[in-house]
Amino acid sequence: MLISLLRIFVTALISLIGLTVITFAISLQSSIPLHDYQSHSVFVQYFEYLGYLFQANWGTSNITGSDVLSEFLKHFPATLELLLFALLIVFICGISLGIVAAKNRGTWIDNSVMGATLVGYSMPIFWWGLLLVLFFSLFLGIFPVAGRIDYQYYIEPISRFMLVDTLIGNHSYGLSAFFNALNHLILPAITLSWVPMAIMARMTRSALVNILKFEYVRTARSKGLSENRIIWVHALRNALQSLLTIGGLQISILMTGIIITEHIFAWPGVGNWLLRSVARQDYPSIQGGILALSFMVIIFNVFIDIISNFLDPKKRRPLA
Amino acid sequence: MSFVSEKKSSHTKLLLLSFLACLIGCQPSISVDSKTGSNLLVYCSEGSPVSLNPQTNTSGTTVDATAPTLFNQLLDYIPGTTELRPSIATEWSINEKGTIYRFTLRDDIAFHSNEHFSPSRHLNADDVIFSYNRQRLANHPLHNLNGNSYPYFNGQGLAKLIKRIEKTGQYQVEIELTRPESPFLSILATPFLPIQSKEYADTLMKKNQLELYDKNPIGTGPFQYLAYEADSYLRFKRFDKHFAFQSSVEHLVYSITPDPAMRFARFSAGECDIMRYPLPVHNKLAAQDNTIETIQTPALNVAYWGFNTQKPPLNEPKVRQALNFAVNRKAIARAVYDNQAILAEGPLGPSSWAYAISQDKIIYNPEKARQLLQEAGYGEGFNLDIWAMPVQRAYNPNARKMAEMIQQDLLEIGITSNIVSYQWGTFLNRVAAGQHQTVLLGWSADNADPDNFLTPLLSCAASNNGSNYSRWCHTEFDNIILKARQESDIEKRKLYYQQAQKILHFEKPWLPIAHTPNNLLIKNTVKDVNLSPLGTINFEGVTIISKEDAF
Repeated sequence: MLISLLRIFVTALISLIGLTVITFAISLQSSIPLHDYQSHSVFVQYFEYLGYLFQANWGTSNITGSDVLSEFLKHFPATLELLLFALLIVFICGISLGIVAAKNRGTWIDNSVMGATLVGYSMPIFWWGLLLVLFFSLFLGIFPVAGRIDYQYYIEPISRFMLVDTLIGNHSYGLSAFFNALNHLILPAITLSWVPMAIMARMTRSALVNILKFEYVRTARSKGLSENRIIWVHALRNALQSLLTIGGLQISILMTGIIITEHIFAWPGVGNWLLRSVARQDYPSIQGGILALSFMVIIFNVFIDIISNFLDPKKRRPLA
Repeated sequence: MSFVSEKKSSHTKLLLLSFLACLIGCQPSISVDSKTGSNLLVYCSEGSPVSLNPQTNTSGTTVDATAPTLFNQLLDYIPGTTELRPSIATEWSINEKGTIYRFTLRDDIAFHSNEHFSPSRHLNADDVIFSYNRQRLANHPLHNLNGNSYPYFNGQGLAKLIKRIEKTGQYQVEIELTRPESPFLSILATPFLPIQSKEYADTLMKKNQLELYDKNPIGTGPFQYLAYEADSYLRFKRFDKHFAFQSSVEHLVYSITPDPAMRFARFSAGECDIMRYPLPVHNKLAAQDNTIETIQTPALNVAYWGFNTQKPPLNEPKVRQALNFAVNRKAIARAVYDNQAILAEGPLGPSSWAYAISQDKIIYNPEKARQLLQEAGYGEGFNLDIWAMPVQRAYNPNARKMAEMIQQDLLEIGITSNIVSYQWGTFLNRVAAGQHQTVLLGWSADNADPDNFLTPLLSCAASNNGSNYSRWCHTEFDNIILKARQESDIEKRKLYYQQAQKILHFEKPWLPIAHTPNNLLIKNTVKDVNLSPLGTINFEGVTIISKEDAF
């Protein structure tokens, strides 16, 4: 157990070193050095760079003159809000669609769910997002086109999570601000979650179909348990562990998708900030943004690895 | 449902449920009477401003965010035109030699206030001197604030041009120049030279919070700063004590939407009242909708095909003339500009007061081009590089396509060509270094003076430092534009510029291609929004009327 944990941490550490080498290289592109390095040797400067990172000094943007870390933290809540909402959709809808398909395998329901997810799987999200806007916002008019909240609401940023700020903030709009913010969240979240949701649905289906072939399921059936009970109580519990791992892996897909989604929906998160920095050749900000996003993906993967290690004894191999 | 078995119906229920789950919260939104009220104006802008002080950044986005709202200059342009009018300065005089400018300021101009500062006095000469000296003097306490630089001030060489600035009375300022410079007033009227509060700087300095000076700006403009969230919005509140204008709009919000398709979608859905930088296709859609108005101003910009006159065979005027006859610009106007630009006859467009209507316009005549090439001794043709700028600009929406069209046209007169492109930064550096043979580029003026086109683009001084990409240096032309720059009588200047344009017409360091108008889409409920020929939007006196009144 300890050894396999160690292995996870060592792998993560190697990834982190690789990551910081890359971001350090990016920071060297900046016309003004990111920090006042003492040494002239690039090799030593790298370690000084690491030192600054640990002191939470990520440099200042050479375009806007603002602190990179605080700029990141300013944009991150918007991203996290969208990400969590999308993740919720991925799990709830992905798993339910998978269950429906598995229960009806071979029927038209199964085929249409699988067909739809295949389409979802292969949909470029920048196009999908525009299509959703065209239909739901411009044609039906039920969702706003972009942004986090209508402009007649002026919500002071406190936690910078719009849903939270509309609830805790000192304003006179009541709950309508909250629902307005929620309404703004739906289209971007659907756009962002589409691909991972399709993957999730297909994975759930294949995991369930696999499990439903086992002897113990047949036993359960012969005991006269209802199909619903078999799926929800017996099969799903066993499928859950692999689904959790797969679900965790969707985070990296969501992370890449979020940059495009934020651009489309004018969502003021990290992705938009990164794109703007790239367009302005703002290397300190690019460095910081990539560092933070990749760092989170790595940490999250470590987390998932540990959980699946606990759940699945087979993965606890000793060092070869 | 009778034909559906019990089992099936539970499946259908599950299916429905999971779809419902997919559309969590899909219920129609809490309805808000209208997306934007009568006292709220939402402007869909194209990006986040780099800074809230236009002294420190010349990008159009920064200027649009600050110039029409926060600040005023000594003088400015009459909305929608390039004519000067008094603003902070009520009157001014220039001495005989054209080197000393005396300004009399209004005495009733109030500054904005915020949680860090409430002004105790009106704007006076100290603020004017403070605002210019901050940019001019390297030892000024605010000069290096937040690592700022002053690209416009330095680009115009104002630090060298201005010899001294002096207060000659509470509301009197005198500026002495090292040499006569007739575009000087036009320069002072640009949005890059706002007058800011000295008292605010003093207050912040005492509190040791000077870094807030440009982040929480204080100005004198018709709207005051409320909040800015990068990538999201900029909020302004009407400034009730503005000295000249009073808008009926209480809140002004810049909704930052970088993607043009989404910007148009937001505009169509009523999430904003004004849309910046519509694409040609949006203009077409807008023309079919009677609730949308298009504001169009003839623009002070030009797209051109520049010839590197230091490289043979382009050093030959005959060859350059031939290339001028060889290109079908009408086809370019149709294919690249969607017929939304006017063909250029020279660097200056018809909106400039110095525009000279030439007798012989540039026409497409491949026959004549072949003949000229023959005369120049290149009858058998040659090979040419066309460098096409890799980015989209208002004056050139698609340089690549333009290059391909020119390539086809050149084949007809026996010239084969290659299209060259690099990443934008590299492209500009290489062109500045003169590595190109011909280049498709353009220019947007930053002040309305005709000199703003001729000196940076075609003077000898600019032929080596970069922005004269034709590297064309013509002594007679250079003398004429220098004389014009030092002359203050506008009629005499017009004559000089006519001579200069005549020389250009013969020498052809470029093929001028097009002037593209500036566009803005607005809802017909919004009145009195202007767009200057320099491309800056103007909100002073903007009003919103009810939908019923709009028809």
